Amino acid sequence: MSVIVLTLIILIGAYFAGLLGSLTGLGGGFVIIPLLTLGLHVNIHYAIGASLISVIATSSGSAAAYVKEGITNIRIGMFLEIATTIGAMAGAMIALHIQTHYIAILFGLILAFSAIMSLVKKVQTVYTEGSPMAVKFKLNGSYPTQDGVVNYGVRNVGGGFLMMVFAGIISGMLGIGSGALKVVAMDTIMRIPFKVSTTTSNFMIGVTAAASAVVYLQRGYIDPAISMPVVIGVLLGALTGSKILVHTKSAGWLRWVFTIVVSILAVQMIYNGLTGKI
Amino acid sequence: MQTPSNFKDKDMQAIIGWVLRLGVIFSMLIVTIGGVIYLTRHGHSVADYSIFRRVPDFVYPSNIINGILANRGRAIIQAGIILLIATPVLRIICSFIGFIIEKDYLYTAISLLVLLIILASMISGHAG
Repeated sequence: MSVIVLTLIILIGAYFAGLLGSLTGLGGGFVIIPLLTLGLHVNIHYAIGASLISVIATSSGSAAAYVKEGITNIRIGMFLEIATTIGAMAGAMIALHIQTHYIAILFGLILAFSAIMSLVKKVQTVYTEGSPMAVKFKLNGSYPTQDGVVNYGVRNVGGGFLMMVFAGIISGMLGIGSGALKVVAMDTIMRIPFKVSTTTSNFMIGVTAAASAVVYLQRGYIDPAISMPVVIGVLLGALTGSKILVHTKSAGWLRWVFTIVVSILAVQMIYNGLTGKI
Repeated sequence: MQTPSNFKDKDMQAIIGWVLRLGVIFSMLIVTIGGVIYLTRHGHSVADYSIFRRVPDFVYPSNIINGILANRGRAIIQAGIILLIATPVLRIICSFIGFIIEKDYLYTAISLLVLLIILASMISGHAG
């Protein structure tokens, strides 16, 4: 295959990966890594490196929009970034020394988990008072809604912190944002309101990815020729996705289509990992 | 935030928003320019990325700068990618300065800690 044909295929694939990732909130990496490895037989190291770069682009681009609305809690983000960057550094170190088929299997498992999590209906009780730890670290906050300002308190800071270390490791090993794990830590464990946790998680993804990208860059995992169409495609796709989200009210059927596609990809990644083809 | 520093938090958010936006726009422009140069020069070469080659081109700053001066597409793309990776790091530096201005020393220290972790990651990636 010539360079120009491969670049065009990756660019188009990355565009749809970014579009679907943005519409479902799972992120572009989940589609782009299987596309590159299973579809185009690109080495998984290059796929992870390119995906990580696209994660930084989409996260930074959308965080720029969210942060101005005043929903993102910068202190929660900064505090938990201690956990995610330590995890990301460790994850990148592990990925350098582990055999690639283990990475493929783990990728499949996390992919399946995230797909299921995106379908689960979320119910949540938000507390107005935080735990003593949350007060100590000034994590409690407020955010604007249509009915006025809502105050919230943060619980179980230690548990959330540990979960964030895990989210960081997964992000560093697999080159994905691992937004699903970050949201679990913040919604379920720390009881941060959905709106705040989603935007704050997105805010943190760029920093987390940067912490492992500095390792991958020096080890040659980030190939410019592959990263170029991936990052441009995913970012344009994510931009289109954010425009569509504003106009259509519910994309329920799309969520189901995506879950089915993602489940097939997850099985494929696990199968190829188990048989040692990746 | 029910603190007197509420106003400054808003300022910091506006600045962070701009840093992120400009970082993404500029890095994407550079990557696109590099991509066009690379494709016009090497578009018809045969691509094979099935095997991971451990020897990376354009990792060291001197290689990248020489590559850019020689109008090498891949070096320009890599410079754009490095700017993109630096964007979230720049965002932490902005928060660090912002927290100093707000006299929030706890979060000044936390921002510094995150910066140090990324620096440690950079150094550990280089060794071995």
